[in-house]
Amino acid sequence: AYPKRVKVVEVGPRDGLQNEKNVVPTPVKISLINMLSETGLQVIEATSFVSPKWVPQMADHTEVMQGINKVPGISYPVLTPNLKGFQAAVAAGAKEVSIFGAASELFTKKNINCSIEESLERFSEVMAAARAANIPVRGYVSCVLGCPYEGKISAAKVAEVSKKMYSMGCYEISLGDTIGVGTPGSMREMLTLVMKEVPVGALAVHCHDTYGQALANILVALQMGVSVVDASVAGLGGCPYAQGASGNVATEDLVYMLHGLGIHTGVDLQKLMDTGTFICNALNRRTNSKVSQASCRL
Amino acid sequence: QEPQASGLPEYIKIVEVGPRDGLQNEKVIVPTDIKIELINQLSKTGLPVVEVTSFVSSKWVPQMADHKEVMRGIERHPGVQYPVLTPNLQGFHSAIASGATEVSVFGAASESFSKMNINCSIEESIEKFEEVAKSARNMNIPVRGYVSCALGCPYEGNIIPAKVAEVSKRLYSMGCYEISLGDTIGVGTPGSMKKMLEAVMKEIPVSALAVHCHDTYGQALANILTAIQMGVSVVDSSVSGLGGCPYAKGATGNVATEDVIYMLNGLGINTGVNLYAVMEAGNFICTALNKKTNSKVAQASFNTGTI
Repeated sequence: AYPKRVKVVEVGPRDGLQNEKNVVPTPVKISLINMLSETGLQVIEATSFVSPKWVPQMADHTEVMQGINKVPGISYPVLTPNLKGFQAAVAAGAKEVSIFGAASELFTKKNINCSIEESLERFSEVMAAARAANIPVRGYVSCVLGCPYEGKISAAKVAEVSKKMYSMGCYEISLGDTIGVGTPGSMREMLTLVMKEVPVGALAVHCHDTYGQALANILVALQMGVSVVDASVAGLGGCPYAQGASGNVATEDLVYMLHGLGIHTGVDLQKLMDTGTFICNALNRRTNSKVSQASCRL
Repeated sequence: QEPQASGLPEYIKIVEVGPRDGLQNEKVIVPTDIKIELINQLSKTGLPVVEVTSFVSSKWVPQMADHKEVMRGIERHPGVQYPVLTPNLQGFHSAIASGATEVSVFGAASESFSKMNINCSIEESIEKFEEVAKSARNMNIPVRGYVSCALGCPYEGNIIPAKVAEVSKRLYSMGCYEISLGDTIGVGTPGSMKKMLEAVMKEIPVSALAVHCHDTYGQALANILTAIQMGVSVVDSSVSGLGGCPYAKGATGNVATEDVIYMLNGLGINTGVNLYAVMEAGNFICTALNKKTNSKVAQASFNTGTI
């Protein structure tokens, strides 16, 4: 049996644009988010309050946060890697934040230059401040089905990190197949262990389509009771670990599958495709969404 | 990961349709020797079935005009089947004369599609296939039946599962040993796949069923997963995802064999196929066609330098 409703978390403006070769100007980012706000999506990850030295694509985080239409009923979470980023985010009007952990020591070292344990300590500062400000925090766990450096990742490790982040106060844990190597087999194995530590209602999956497995992996997650799925409009965002390969699963293709299963998302697929067309034109690139490709009968 | 623990088949037979369905739907026509080389490479990958060509008039399908030469030119590896399409008795006899030892017939669950594709009604097409099946039976030649538009039709739109079941049953009753259910325009989803299979499985044992999914809307692997969860253990696919969609310009068609195998390997399901060898064959034919692969596994593997 499948969930009756699925919450789609749109990560295109952040995870997507952050991993695109071309950088888009601030007004285009704002238009993208505003258009997404009209599609029925309830959660749109807007930007990342991280130093522009590390992520130049997100340098305009304050302007974006302040420039977008904040539609009532829609949540616009932003990434905050540390207390400084959190404070800047709140000052810019953020009402929800996300923190990024990983199930791999090597990945954590390469990505944010510290151990998993140290990263969780940094996050506890953000958690304390967020709790005091009544700001919900979403936790991401990267490399849940494999790591570009360590290779295989134990499901037990994923469960351990997820449990820690959930216990810290994250309301939701998004499990990310960062390099898209997962399959329905490894997804099932990983979720089985994680679900022993974190209630399924607090779990989300963030699948990359680098090996074409994303929708099949998401299907298994849904069958196991997961009802929150991350995706990126037009499949924005390549894979930094496999040149030329794709990254995020396309929101259009996800919504097409969910609707075909009779699952309610609240999303208008046509409006979503139009938004994808807009941003692909701005980025001067073809869409990664097959639904969009197929629907465009030129 | 034990496949039986999750109710999945232990073994899945992959039917490689790249040389026929794939090349037939590519813009560029490849020379005969390239076709033969592709099939020979595929024969060494562990694939149990490689669909070779189509004995149809070259007026209709110019890409398959060299069917006799291809059939006669390929290496026949023991343990590998080399079926060919035979739309009618004439094609069947020509195929047998060229050495074919297995044939396929192509029905459809849509009247409009049948009319537009082969210029006759479903009933008329079944009559033609019955002639083929009868001759095949006399000569001990196995016949595989395809049902197109199983999850939707480019002309009629929605197709009812009962119609798919009805046509499948006709093909099965006339002696087809296996029925391959094709999502011809790739519009199916796990929802419609489940409903269609439930109807068909009332008429035909699941062990005689195969799924032939197109990835035009990115749904193929999810649809295949749904099918194998219901007990289907035969999956059609095309190396490199060869073969676009004639009904949606620029869109993709067949699901890529590499991506299917990657998923099945991850599920602990045995296919007997060497993924690396398939990727090499895929690289060969994409180079010959001067095109990028449609396989995400191949794309990712070549780009991380793991090849």
